[in-house]
Amino acid sequence: MAKNFNEMTWKEFDIAFMVTNPGCSADYRTGDWRSQKPVTDKSKCIKCGVCYLACPDDAIRLAADGTYDFDYDHCKGCGICATECWTGCISMVEEEK
Amino acid sequence: MAKRIGIEVSLAISEAVKLANVDAIAAYPITPQTHIVEHLSELVADGELQAEFIPVESEHSAMSVCAGTSAAGARTYTATSSQGLALMNEILFIIPAMRLPVVMTIANRSLSGPISIWNDHSDLMSVRDTGWIAIFAENGQEAFDLTLQSFKIAEDHRVMLPISVNIDGFTLSHVIEPHEFLDQAEVDSFLPPYEPLVQLNPDKPVSMGMVGIPEIYFEAKKAQDMVLIESKAVIKEVFKEFGEKFGRYYHVIESYRTDDAETLLMTMGSISETAMEAIDIMKDEQGRKVGLIRLRLWRPFPHEELRELLRGVKTLAVVDRAVSFGSPGGPVATEVRSALYNSENAPYVASFIAGLGGRDVTIEHFTTMVDMAERMAEQREVHEYKMIGVRE
Repeated sequence: MAKNFNEMTWKEFDIAFMVTNPGCSADYRTGDWRSQKPVTDKSKCIKCGVCYLACPDDAIRLAADGTYDFDYDHCKGCGICATECWTGCISMVEEEK
Repeated sequence: MAKRIGIEVSLAISEAVKLANVDAIAAYPITPQTHIVEHLSELVADGELQAEFIPVESEHSAMSVCAGTSAAGARTYTATSSQGLALMNEILFIIPAMRLPVVMTIANRSLSGPISIWNDHSDLMSVRDTGWIAIFAENGQEAFDLTLQSFKIAEDHRVMLPISVNIDGFTLSHVIEPHEFLDQAEVDSFLPPYEPLVQLNPDKPVSMGMVGIPEIYFEAKKAQDMVLIESKAVIKEVFKEFGEKFGRYYHVIESYRTDDAETLLMTMGSISETAMEAIDIMKDEQGRKVGLIRLRLWRPFPHEELRELLRGVKTLAVVDRAVSFGSPGGPVATEVRSALYNSENAPYVASFIAGLGGRDVTIEHFTTMVDMAERMAEQREVHEYKMIGVRE
C-alpha cells in the first residue's frame, strides 16, 4: 500500500473503489485490536513447533535458535498457541497500552 | 436518411437495442414493458442479434444479471416498469456505485396500491436517488434515438454510469408511430464497440464491489456524485454529435415557443405533446405570452441550463406526475424550487400534480394550470402543491 486508506482523498482511489492490485493481509496490521498477547518462557521451550502449526493467523515465526517468536502485527491474541503448547511455556497476558 | 416506418414504440426500442449490438439482455416481463423484451427474444431466436438472452425469475435477478454481465465486459440491456423497478431497488444502488454502464428502458407506470398498470412517473421517482442517469423521451422517435445515445453516454470512460431511458407506459410503449430508423452502418459510425475501463478477467484479476469501511465510504460517495454531476457535459457532447450526424438534435431541457414568454409550463415525458397544443392555442388564439419547457434530463438535474432558460420568466408552472408524499410539492417542482432558491429574479414556481395512474391530462388542464399559476404568482400565494383533474 502506497498510502493508508484514511489519508487518501476521493480523487485518489481506483474507479468504483475496485482493488486492481492483488494483495494480502501481510500488508496490514491485523492484530491491533488484540486484548491479550502470548509470551513465551523460552527456558521451558522444547522447540517442538506445535504453536507454529496451530496458529490460525500464521503469526508465529521460527527464530534462529530454533525457538519461536510472535509476529505481534498479525497475532490477534486468540490463545490457541497457549492452549496447545505441550510444555505450558506460552502464557497469555493482558495487552498494555 | 432512411424512410419512415410505422412500428410500435416498444418494438422500435428493441430494434435500437439490436442496432446497438448488445451482448447481454436480462429479461423479465412486466406490463407495460413486456413487448420490448418479447421482441428482443424473437430477434435473438431468429439469429438477427447475437446476444445472450437471459430469462430470469424476477427483476431483482434481472438487475443482478446486469451487474454480472456488465462487470464481465458485455454491453448490457434490460427493461422494466413499476413494481419490477421497485423489486430491483437493492441492486439499482450497486450498479452506479460499481460504475457499470447498463442501459435500461423504464416504461413508466404507477406503483401499487391500489394496483394500477397505467402510466405516471411514481416508479422512477421511487428510485430517484439510486445514482442512475435518467432521461425522458416524449415520443417513439426520441425513445429510439435516446436508446442508441444512452449506450454511448453510459460507456464513455469519463462517465461509466448506468442510464434509464424513460418512456410513458402504454401512452408510448403500446402505440404505433412513424419512426425514422438508422441503418447498421450509421449506428456503427456513431456507437463504437463497448470497451470496458475495468472488467472481470482471470488474466488481470480485480476485485469489484469492495467493503467501504468508514475510512473510505464517504470518499466513495463523493466520487460517485461528482462523476454523475460531470456526466452532464458528456451527455451534451453525445447529443450534439448525434444531431450533427443524423439531423435530430437533443437538449437536456427542450424549449417550445419560449421567446418572450412570461409564463412557462414545465413537463416531462409524453404529456408534453398535449402541452404544446395548449401552448399553441394560448399563443395563437389568445395572444398570451406563454411557452413550454420539457425536462429531458432528470438526473443529473440540469440546474444551470434551467436558470438560463428562466431568465425573464415571471411564472413557472411545473407539472408533476408523481406524489412525493408529505413533501411541499411534486418531485420535479421541489427540485426546481431548490435550484432557483437564492437566485436573483427567480420566477414564481407553482407545483401541480396531474395525470396520476393513467388519468388523462387534457389541453384544458394545461390552460387551467397556466391560469392558476399566473393568478397565484400575482398574489404571491404561498402554497405546497395543487392537484389538477382530481375530483374534490
